[in-house]
Amino acid sequence: MTEAVQKIKKPKKAWTPLFVITKRDTLPLVKRVLIRAAAIVAALLLCSVITLVVTGSNPLQIYKTMFSGAFGNSIRIVRTLYELSVLLVIAVAITPAFKMKFWNTGAEGQVLIGGLSTAIVMLTLGGRIPDWTLIIIMAAAATAAGVIWGVLPAFFKAYWKTNETLFTLMMNYVAIQLVECFLKIADKTGSNVVGPTTLSHGWFPQLFKTDYLLDVVIIAVITVLVYIYLRYSKHGYEISVVGESENTAKYVGINVKKVIIRTMALSGALCGIAGLLIVGGASHSISAETAGGRGFTAIMVSWLAKFNPLMMVFSSLLIVFLERGAGEVATVFALNKSFSDILTGIILFFIIGCEFFINYKLHFRKHSKEAAV
Amino acid sequence: MNTQDNVSALRLEHITKTFGSIVANKDVDLQLRYGEVLAILGENGSGKTTLMNMISGIYHPDEGQIYIKDQLVSINSPKDAFEYGIGMVHQHFKLVDVFTATENIVLGIKEKGRFSIKRSAAKIAEICGRYGFDLDPNKKIYEMSVSEKQTVEIVKVLYRGADILILDEPTAVLTPQETDKLFNVIRRMRQDGKSIIIITHKLHEVMEISDRVAVLRKGEHIATVETKDVTESELTDMMVGQKITLNIERTLSENTPDRLIVSGVSMTNKEGVKVIDDISFSAKAGEILGIAGVAGSGQRELLELIAGLRTPDCGDITYVDPSTGNKVDLRKKTPMQIRDLGVRLSFVPEDRLGMGLVGNMDIIDNMMLRTYKNGNPLFLDRQPSRVLANDIIRSLEVVTPGATTPVRRLSGGNVQKVLVGREISSAPSVLMAAYPVRGLDINSSYTIYNLLNAQKKNGAAVIYVGEDLDVLLELCDRIMVICGGTVSGILDGRTAEKQQVGALMTKKKEARQ
Amino acid sequence: MNAVLYSISQFIALSVVQGTPLLFGSTGEILTEKSGNLNLGIPGIMYIGAISGIVGGFFYQRTGYIIPMLAIIIPLVCSLIGSLLASLIYCFLTVTLRANQNVTGLALTTFGVGFGNFFGGSLIKLTNSDTPNLTLPYIARPYKAHIPLFEGTWFGELFFSYGFLVYVSIALAIIVTIVLKKTRVGLHLRAVGESPATADAAGINVTKYKYLATCIGGMIAGLGGLYYVMDYSNGIWSNNAFGDRGWLAIALVIFAVWRPSIGIAGSYLFGGLYILYNYMTVSMQLQPIMQMLPYVVTIIVLITVSLRKKRENLPPASLGLSYFREER
Repeated sequence: MTEAVQKIKKPKKAWTPLFVITKRDTLPLVKRVLIRAAAIVAALLLCSVITLVVTGSNPLQIYKTMFSGAFGNSIRIVRTLYELSVLLVIAVAITPAFKMKFWNTGAEGQVLIGGLSTAIVMLTLGGRIPDWTLIIIMAAAATAAGVIWGVLPAFFKAYWKTNETLFTLMMNYVAIQLVECFLKIADKTGSNVVGPTTLSHGWFPQLFKTDYLLDVVIIAVITVLVYIYLRYSKHGYEISVVGESENTAKYVGINVKKVIIRTMALSGALCGIAGLLIVGGASHSISAETAGGRGFTAIMVSWLAKFNPLMMVFSSLLIVFLERGAGEVATVFALNKSFSDILTGIILFFIIGCEFFINYKLHFRKHSKEAAV
Repeated sequence: MNTQDNVSALRLEHITKTFGSIVANKDVDLQLRYGEVLAILGENGSGKTTLMNMISGIYHPDEGQIYIKDQLVSINSPKDAFEYGIGMVHQHFKLVDVFTATENIVLGIKEKGRFSIKRSAAKIAEICGRYGFDLDPNKKIYEMSVSEKQTVEIVKVLYRGADILILDEPTAVLTPQETDKLFNVIRRMRQDGKSIIIITHKLHEVMEISDRVAVLRKGEHIATVETKDVTESELTDMMVGQKITLNIERTLSENTPDRLIVSGVSMTNKEGVKVIDDISFSAKAGEILGIAGVAGSGQRELLELIAGLRTPDCGDITYVDPSTGNKVDLRKKTPMQIRDLGVRLSFVPEDRLGMGLVGNMDIIDNMMLRTYKNGNPLFLDRQPSRVLANDIIRSLEVVTPGATTPVRRLSGGNVQKVLVGREISSAPSVLMAAYPVRGLDINSSYTIYNLLNAQKKNGAAVIYVGEDLDVLLELCDRIMVICGGTVSGILDGRTAEKQQVGALMTKKKEARQ
Repeated sequence: MNAVLYSISQFIALSVVQGTPLLFGSTGEILTEKSGNLNLGIPGIMYIGAISGIVGGFFYQRTGYIIPMLAIIIPLVCSLIGSLLASLIYCFLTVTLRANQNVTGLALTTFGVGFGNFFGGSLIKLTNSDTPNLTLPYIARPYKAHIPLFEGTWFGELFFSYGFLVYVSIALAIIVTIVLKKTRVGLHLRAVGESPATADAAGINVTKYKYLATCIGGMIAGLGGLYYVMDYSNGIWSNNAFGDRGWLAIALVIFAVWRPSIGIAGSYLFGGLYILYNYMTVSMQLQPIMQMLPYVVTIIVLITVSLRKKRENLPPASLGLSYFREER
């Protein structure tokens, strides 16, 4: 017995952390907004320090330049408005899927394939049929292509739980290469863009004699419709239930597979339409850069707005303002325009990080009670 | 100081643990001798697992002392427990599915010398040989049966050199043959000088394997006795205690036609275990049918079968329409199809926030879960749900800032009121409730009892799955006892004795090899 | 006969050269993903790894005293530090602050690509060069130096025509394979990626493993960027030249079903597909179709793996999820 008594050894004193992290209940709206605002302010401060170091100019001057870059004159305002709306529509498009916790990283490809289909229709049918028929066919083709790009990963996710993040990511590059292929066929000069001279038919009409404005209006309508769809329609309700808890969905008899496929079809269709709006409504050209990374940026826009389409107006405004503004800073101070990506990245890091303080709480630990000896 | 004659492997003194207002353990004393098998016996919710979790470092007691080999210790983490030579095998296994048995067993250990799976596998084979385990060290966990996984957990504990083993309801998941094998292993471990605690509520197993029995009831230690000195019925008496009068209202039920007829239903789960085995019963309109049984006897699966969430292997589920008397076949129907057939079937599942409700949605949207399909084919009509939500908040006195508060933020009792309120709002003709008062305080519990009684008066067939025998005996008109997926008896709630129910719950399955 | 053999080995050698950045990237990403972190920031980290090396090399070259050893070490160390810092951002956000991994990764890629192009562009401006690129010939030379054995023969072409980083990439892939398969650390790491709760219960420090795997993985991936600029493109930096190789590296992870040893063959296969059109008589229009093949093959692998449900080939079970132990 005594041997056994001696055998026992005290474990080393474990290091107790200074604080404990717990999940917290939903914070009141004011506090949530305050935390995010504080994060943005902190990020802007850091950005101005960095800009200061790089350019040596007064930070205020820099922000003034940024503002003028985004809103300096009417052309810039329209351009900013257009950039904002394109980013917005892609963010809105992926939102139904995200609300369902379907991580669609393939918006880039879905947009591109929509744009490609538009361009193909413009090239092959342009001039042979009336423009309004052409635009309808362009729209149908873009939507159909987007649906295919969206449903394919959804189908495999629904039936075999194939990882949708990786699947949709790969689909982007398939779309990019298809575009490259089209460029090689449609443009014999070997440039990497097929432009307005080739795609000369099927342009969207101007609204109030302003370019892009029709796009902006269509996108505004789509945004409101998607908001209504998610908030007030039965489909939107099913999406929320499936996203929150598949068990509950089954308990009330929702067909989970059907909802996944249907939602991704919608998501893909909207991305396809975004491609249509870019190619048919604005650039009248197609290249691998047509989506321009917006498919990825849109994920952040949607996430920042907590998947609320109306709030996405503001989150895309933030991103577009940064891009356009920092672009202007780059021009004025003779910097490289990638500077805006650095600033965007930093601000995103801060906003992403600040979510922690919204969802979790730190408790500073009092000395834990030890059993008295 | 120490009044015990023997030096004990483990001794608990005055252990108390509370969770909020619920007392899980109250002033518990317990002693484990060297080389013995101590059974801990008690109903569900009697505090057995909480007590053991304090020994294995998952919880820390609010009050009281733990002595290991007569030294006062403080166990703050499972790692501490390991270092004191305590190993616990939980009901839910903690294993990495794609790893082999050996990889799981050595996980987290910092052994001296070069890492070698082969060497570890050899050591495992040696342990298996010594105690008679049947285990392939190179088999992957996902290829294993439940019993093999349990073996891995036990070997894992032994590999780490534990000499005090705690097994939490190890036989709950095993077939009779597997149980026999396990008991042989336990006997060998005892011969080897290990001290073993086995938690169970199966009396015959207690009689078969243990040296002594400690009985817990409602968090308190009732007695520890030598197994050879007691009989099964004495243990049942200790376990269930005297009947307590609760004054739950129970009206007489008259005119009770069959509403739901279940006949010969069996079901096999994903792991290939037969969890429901040839169950037949009928639920009658205007009565409460209680279902009693130890946890995991198939209650959950049975209700989910009726609700259309699972499909039976065989058997029939028939619903009798109260207005027409027509019979409707519910077998292999989805919840949506059942509703489309006009069957007013309501179900309060055990997992409230994971299945019955959506935690992040507000009360109004949760009201809509059952009815969102009504009305306009495209758009939701929130108005009826808003009215219903406010009705429920008012009539059931739900404490909430408002109808637009996410249900996740409500307390357990209020969550349950919301769920039950929704399920009875459709004036169900069959209402099934699984553990509807679990975790609720007294007042909320009585609210729920009254709601169930009101449904009974309205002519609904109520099926109540409960764990507190006192409540079952006072609330229910009939009590169906199930054990290991089969019906072991149906008793009249007004005349049944508590001991009778207790005995049926733990009735040894007739050997059906 | 010899000429055929020689051109075949030349083709393979070019595939190896093409595939090496992918091999670095996928080895790093496999290590990262094994800890349950889906780091979509890898393309950005590879840019950062490349530009950090360039920046180090640029300032060293400016001193004018080039010692080959230092020409290798300075950019190498700069590259490692750059990708380490980038990985730390990712770790801090996703592991410590439990942020969404997809969003964090994408933000890091935006940041990293911008970072690379910004400093690349700024350096180009500093040199007042006419062309939009920056050349570091003296730094690149030791990176490109190969073992002068069997020169001019198919054997030499196949095995000895590469700079040292090619051998490093193979060695790293093998080392990571061995660590994951044969060591205690690897076992613990895999447990963290499969089931952090189980690992935690077994006393494994989940946070530490996630940080270590992600940072080391990021540094390995960053070397892919360094290899690209120093060896593959002869010390020439031009903006966006690295392209989408980072995403191809992530595709390769799936193709290799999370095994770096398969990644070696896979990266050369991908590299070969990338340049195959040069050797085939297909029309130029179909060249992008060839370049699409790696992605299509990857999708097919992803689907096949999920259809077959062979557990060993599935992504780590907790991939993409933050781990949070509810405080008791």
